[in-house]
Amino acid sequence: MSSFKDLFDQYSWKELKEEICSKSENDVIAALNNRKPSLDDFKALVSPAASAFLEDIAQLSQKLTRQRFGDSIQMFAPMYLSNECQNICTYCGFSLGNKIKRKTLLPSEIMQEAETITRLGFRHVLLVTGEANHTVAIDYFKEALKLLKGRFDNVSMEVQPLEEEEYRELIELGLHSVLVYQETYHQEDYKKHHPKGKKSNFYYRLDTPDRLGRAGIHKMGLGALIGLEDWRIDSFFVALHLQYLERTYWQTKYTISFPRLRPFSGGLEPKVAMSDRELVQLICAYRIFNQEVELSLSTRESEMFRNHAMKLGVTSMSAGSKTNPGGYSVDPQSLEQFEISDERTPQQIAEMIKNNGYQPVWKDWDLSLNHV
Amino acid sequence: MSTLKIADKCFKSRLFTGTGKFGDHRIMQEALEVSGSELVTVALKRVESKEQDEQIINFLNADHINLLPNTSGVRNAKEAVFAAELAREALETNWIKLEIHPDPKYLMPDPVETLIATEELVKKGFVVMPYIHADPVLCKRLEEVGSAVVMPLGSPIGSNKGLKTIDFLEIIIDQSNVPVVVDAGIGSPSDASKAMEIGADAVLVNTAIAIANNPVEMARAFDLSVKAGRMAFEAGLGNNQSDELKAHASSPLTAFLDE
Repeated sequence: MSSFKDLFDQYSWKELKEEICSKSENDVIAALNNRKPSLDDFKALVSPAASAFLEDIAQLSQKLTRQRFGDSIQMFAPMYLSNECQNICTYCGFSLGNKIKRKTLLPSEIMQEAETITRLGFRHVLLVTGEANHTVAIDYFKEALKLLKGRFDNVSMEVQPLEEEEYRELIELGLHSVLVYQETYHQEDYKKHHPKGKKSNFYYRLDTPDRLGRAGIHKMGLGALIGLEDWRIDSFFVALHLQYLERTYWQTKYTISFPRLRPFSGGLEPKVAMSDRELVQLICAYRIFNQEVELSLSTRESEMFRNHAMKLGVTSMSAGSKTNPGGYSVDPQSLEQFEISDERTPQQIAEMIKNNGYQPVWKDWDLSLNHV
Repeated sequence: MSTLKIADKCFKSRLFTGTGKFGDHRIMQEALEVSGSELVTVALKRVESKEQDEQIINFLNADHINLLPNTSGVRNAKEAVFAAELAREALETNWIKLEIHPDPKYLMPDPVETLIATEELVKKGFVVMPYIHADPVLCKRLEEVGSAVVMPLGSPIGSNKGLKTIDFLEIIIDQSNVPVVVDAGIGSPSDASKAMEIGADAVLVNTAIAIANNPVEMARAFDLSVKAGRMAFEAGLGNNQSDELKAHASSPLTAFLDE
């Protein structure tokens, strides 16, 4: 059975850091001229040396994105089902130790939230929870998917890692994609940020995409939480993971997110800050490295940043997001997982996208495709 | 240069050769010798009784050469499996180059029968090297059923037309987890070199060597070209830098970052 762990264990964080930091301008030029950029080219594209070529990088990224995806942006909304969580994650508002009111949506509340989200225009939804394995686990997810059947055209999930068999059951019920971010590929730091709960098992999380691939998921999402560790090295591991997964689970689609650590009540300051400039560099580096991968930009980022970055390689955006369970209608006042930054409504975002000459896409899947 | 590993065997030479079309056994022997090839395919249908063929089989049994029987002549999976079993017995190897061409004119490989036969032969313990179209999806399907390598064609077999399928070969190489051996159509050393430069793990050349005016010299040329191509690939080819990047006077896409 194939596992990313075997490949991952061959790499050293320290050596990668040295390699990336020693990339020269010539390496960047070579990477930009390579029709099929390698992992080594990716190192050059995320290196400090690439900063001087940011405009070139952005232009190439835009060109490649338009060629593959056209002038369109897929719209989706997150729907938080629960903030119950037995993990301690130093950077997260839902962390076990945080004294917040815990809430898991009841079936009627799920329906009410879904109703509101569809009224906003969304046909693709992302279900999000913390990790509370006694209450919010496979049975709850199955129930939620059954409730939502026919309500949305496309349902994704961002919940705790599950077993391969559990993923199969959910896919059977219409689950289209699963996002599981490694947070950081730096093992020691991962332990520091996840001291308690099932999430503290680094390798179980690392092998989740393999379980998803074997279960035959349509699409999966990867990413590192930017701010925990050096983003250049973490992003390299995301690229490595992507390349491995594409070759192994070749019938699956992939999407990458690049969430920057956002403030929440009582939260952690980023250890390694990333500037807007560097985030643009990273988005474009992912695109140049892989022309087929979807890139997703959330409302964590500011209005101004999103207005521009949407043209540089991104293919999907959330809008009007609420990061608390029941946030759209059931309980708008409950505590958020993190503060969102772009507070415009979905319609305002759609207008902005159109004004940029792009088409907001609300539906890009059909339920009939789930049961072929 | 790195060595190539297929199943349990390591190869220093990435040039695989064939034994067909040579006008003369002695010349074939000499050509294969100078080619440095360590994997030589021989059609099961050509293997004659032990006595008649002793010389060639003896030569091909030399330590540095591995025999790769092929199933040329079969038209479907059933015949291919039967031929492979005969070959295993006759030539004492569980390696098999799977060739199924129901069409005797262009000898186009049958993808459906090839997939079926590969799956069955893998279960029977063969090291299967299937000859196929440059079809990226088929390559992944073959990989999934346990194919040891994939052998996509560059152009029709025996045509010497070179890498007509290069765009598809690049996709195959990009996503393959098993070695990719470009088989068929390689007409000149530069074709072989090109295949190696784009990252193929090996090439199989037969006609271009066999029908050269001087097969021995041509074999030597292919040996060098395969080495050169591989060396270039491993060294990391520079790119065409005719439009080398210059600093942009204006930055329409990134100016917002300075606002």
